[in-house]
Amino acid sequence: MAGITHKDAVLSRYADTLSVTSAPKGRSLTEDALRRLMRNKAAVASVVVVVLIVLIAFFGPWFLPWEYSKVDWSAIRKPPDFAKGHYFGTDANGRDLLARVLQGTQMSLIVAMVATVVSVAIGIVYGAVAGFFGGKIDAIMMRFVDIMYAMPYVLFVIILVVIFGRSPVLLFVGIGCLEWLTMARIVRGQTLSLKQREFVEAAHAGGSSPMVIIMRHIVPNLTGPVVIYATLTVPEIIITESFLSYLGLGVQEPATSLGTLISAGAGVAEAQPWLLIFPAAVLVVMLLCLTYIGDGLRDALDPKDR
Amino acid sequence: MADVLVVDDLDVTFSLHQSEVKAVSDLDFTLAEGETLAVVGESGSGKSQAFLAVLGLLARNGRATGRAMLGDKNLIGLSPGELDLYRGRDITMIFQDPMTSLNPTLKVKTQLSEVLVRHQGYTPEQAIRASIEMLERVGIPEPVKRANAYPHELSGGMRQRVMIAMALLCKPKVLIADEPTTALDVTVQAQMLELFKNLSNEFGTALVLITHDLGVVAGVADRMMVMYGGRCVEKGPTDTLFYDPRHPYTLGLLHSTPHVAKRGQRLDPIQGLPPSLEHLPQGCAFHPRCAFRFERCFAERPPLLPVEDVREKACWYQGELAYGEVA
Amino acid sequence: MLDKPVKAPAEDLIQVENLSKYFSISAGLFARPFQLKALQDITFTVKRGETLGIVGESGCGKSTLGRCILQLLSPDQGRVMWLGQDIAALPAEEMRKRRKDLQIIFQDPLASLNPRMTVGEIIADPLRSLMPELKARERRDRVIRIMEAVGLLPEMINRYPHEFSGGQAQRIGIARALITEPKLIVCDEPVSALDVSIQAQILNLLADLKDQFGLTLIFISHNLSVVRHVSDRIMVLYLGRIVELASGDDLYDEPRHPYTRALLSAVPIPDPKRARQRTIDGLVGEIPSPINPPSGCTFRTRCRYALPICAQQRPPLENTGVRMVACHRWQELDLKAGA
Repeated sequence: MAGITHKDAVLSRYADTLSVTSAPKGRSLTEDALRRLMRNKAAVASVVVVVLIVLIAFFGPWFLPWEYSKVDWSAIRKPPDFAKGHYFGTDANGRDLLARVLQGTQMSLIVAMVATVVSVAIGIVYGAVAGFFGGKIDAIMMRFVDIMYAMPYVLFVIILVVIFGRSPVLLFVGIGCLEWLTMARIVRGQTLSLKQREFVEAAHAGGSSPMVIIMRHIVPNLTGPVVIYATLTVPEIIITESFLSYLGLGVQEPATSLGTLISAGAGVAEAQPWLLIFPAAVLVVMLLCLTYIGDGLRDALDPKDR
Repeated sequence: MADVLVVDDLDVTFSLHQSEVKAVSDLDFTLAEGETLAVVGESGSGKSQAFLAVLGLLARNGRATGRAMLGDKNLIGLSPGELDLYRGRDITMIFQDPMTSLNPTLKVKTQLSEVLVRHQGYTPEQAIRASIEMLERVGIPEPVKRANAYPHELSGGMRQRVMIAMALLCKPKVLIADEPTTALDVTVQAQMLELFKNLSNEFGTALVLITHDLGVVAGVADRMMVMYGGRCVEKGPTDTLFYDPRHPYTLGLLHSTPHVAKRGQRLDPIQGLPPSLEHLPQGCAFHPRCAFRFERCFAERPPLLPVEDVREKACWYQGELAYGEVA
Repeated sequence: MLDKPVKAPAEDLIQVENLSKYFSISAGLFARPFQLKALQDITFTVKRGETLGIVGESGCGKSTLGRCILQLLSPDQGRVMWLGQDIAALPAEEMRKRRKDLQIIFQDPLASLNPRMTVGEIIADPLRSLMPELKARERRDRVIRIMEAVGLLPEMINRYPHEFSGGQAQRIGIARALITEPKLIVCDEPVSALDVSIQAQILNLLADLKDQFGLTLIFISHNLSVVRHVSDRIMVLYLGRIVELASGDDLYDEPRHPYTRALLSAVPIPDPKRARQRTIDGLVGEIPSPINPPSGCTFRTRCRYALPICAQQRPPLENTGVRMVACHRWQELDLKAGA
């Protein structure tokens, strides 16, 4: 008997602790959702394609013979020519289209990502606070959102440009300032319905303070709609960015974005169709994949599926 | 008394992602004209699915085999078109939540008269008059006013009565009621049960009452059938099963039910949880929770056999079932 | 742990005085919103160590009352005296600190559990908020002990609510309510959503825990059989007012209010012979809308004993010490027949 040294008591306590620390981990809702997402072939294929596009956009340029701003005087407005290394052809200034498409994709992706992160961060906090506290706070906060919505967007961006001058950073800020509004509305709506759910009341009864309830109980249950909306807004962001760049308020030469390339290509589509087709194809494929992913996420996160 | 519904060998299977689940196995019973049969069970017993199958209302991944003879026609396996000749007319069903069974955009009288126009060939005027008469017969005060109302303007009890009226319009031989009073207040439930008691006298309809509430069963049913794990484990006259249950699950249910006249005695619950239909225990499905089990129960599933000509039970144990032994 | 009171008289643990709660229902753009009087003038006490049952049908306000007692809803009028202090008048932060002693168990077991938290986190949540001085190890120990007390396997501590059945989920809810060792627990229809055999398990569990932890319970349910089974005294509500309050035996053997009598006779009895013999004291009609209740005694429209005075004057709630009744005719009526 190990009674004298109390070793058995220590050991059994230790064993008990082990049995609980290594207690089997449950299947969280997120794991469930991921599993369901994996079963959706369209979504999985789309994820693969998007990952490929991202990798090629960021690492592809190293493998290309031509840089995006380098002019090839011998090949101006030429269709795709494999011998010269212009796989997508060249544009009006003799620059390699493939390189430009890759660079443009990079730019569009960065803009989309930053703008999404900014809008999600602001939108969640703003919407959750407004929705949770309700009453006057909610009214004031949402009226502000309504006013921002009502403002003509282009005017707002132009004012920003006038104040801060042109820069890509402005692009992020400008777009982020637009997207967070909708995110805030969505989050507020979700918060309103979450507020009614019994586990929030239970947290209140359990002595949690309002901020704790928001952070620990409400925000984690928002991830579903937020993620879905975020994936579905990325296409919107890319298009908004192209619109801004087209107006001359965004990306400036020689840097380019998908939107800029498309609008440039649209003008000469009859004569030089490759200038439109290639960037448009990339954009369309990316948007399609993101939509499939968004749809797949929505199906995967839909609790009724259980 | 002729039998209006004879069910034989009824199986209901659902195909899930990676497996098949048998919700109902080998169900047999008969329903005589004008009698009230209670089908008792908890979640997962299969009691609702069996009758949804009879009426052809199973979900898309469900499949039923066996026989459900209404007269000389087997309802299992008929196409929806063929079923429509009998559904709503000779055999009908009402559900727990009348709000979801009634169309919120149509007035009550429209929904009622539609049944008559469709199945009995009434003209719209005749149908409306007959509907209002039926509303009165099921105990709805001011029937004309109610007939002109929309479902959401009525209370829960009223809506349930409207459902019953709709079900009775074609004077069906069989009415299946799936937990019809669970969502109602107790005083309204009492009125509803009075109505059920008179069903066979006034309308000659046989009633199948699906419920988990033994109090409701005691008040209304002539015979009862207890289901567990998709099978019938005991059936017979209500009095016999209440005062002399022979299956441990029936005994357990009786002892789990608080009785308003007896206070404070500790309830004798059945230990454990209802079985998952995907992983039914070997042998008798109830054995993990049974206080009377022995070796045979683990290995072999007991068949449903008659006992003393009065009832049937599916249990190997032949001894006395005493209070206080279930847990 | 509290000492179990051995003999009466137990002291009053909580006193509710003239509690009223109204809800504003908007009536369209231009009409003034009108008031739904969910609770009116509720006055009663709960003694330490007892189980007070609150019973009634739709619209009686019983769930609202449970929440008003715990200040999950703010009463519009009245006081709730807890340990000598009116908690209805406290600011939210002050009330929050007192929640250690006042807990609640909800009706829908799964809905009251945050689907994104593990069982361990859910049960420990009140500890984190109300006893922040505890370390993580101590918290976990307490969680495990409570899980064992309510019949949950400690290995389940990392699982998520959707992996549990209804009965087990309710045990989690009970564990959460018990973890701060409260004095009073409001049970809001704790077994209504469960299968019959599981109901019985949970009722037994609650009885055992009540003894073990020296709890006082307020048990709210629409099921009179269940309430009778667990309660020492029972309070009957109708359209937001108390109609009768008496010990379970008194209420059952000698109901003094026609509504109580009707309720008792309507309760289905799992005994076929008695069920057949019983005369249902059938109530006419249905519960009136709480937005527009009848004048005088709100029950008079369904009462077979109603007199003209019942329409003119609301019956006062009379308190004989042993029982409370709100009926003009309670002393003359003999309501014992049958049931």
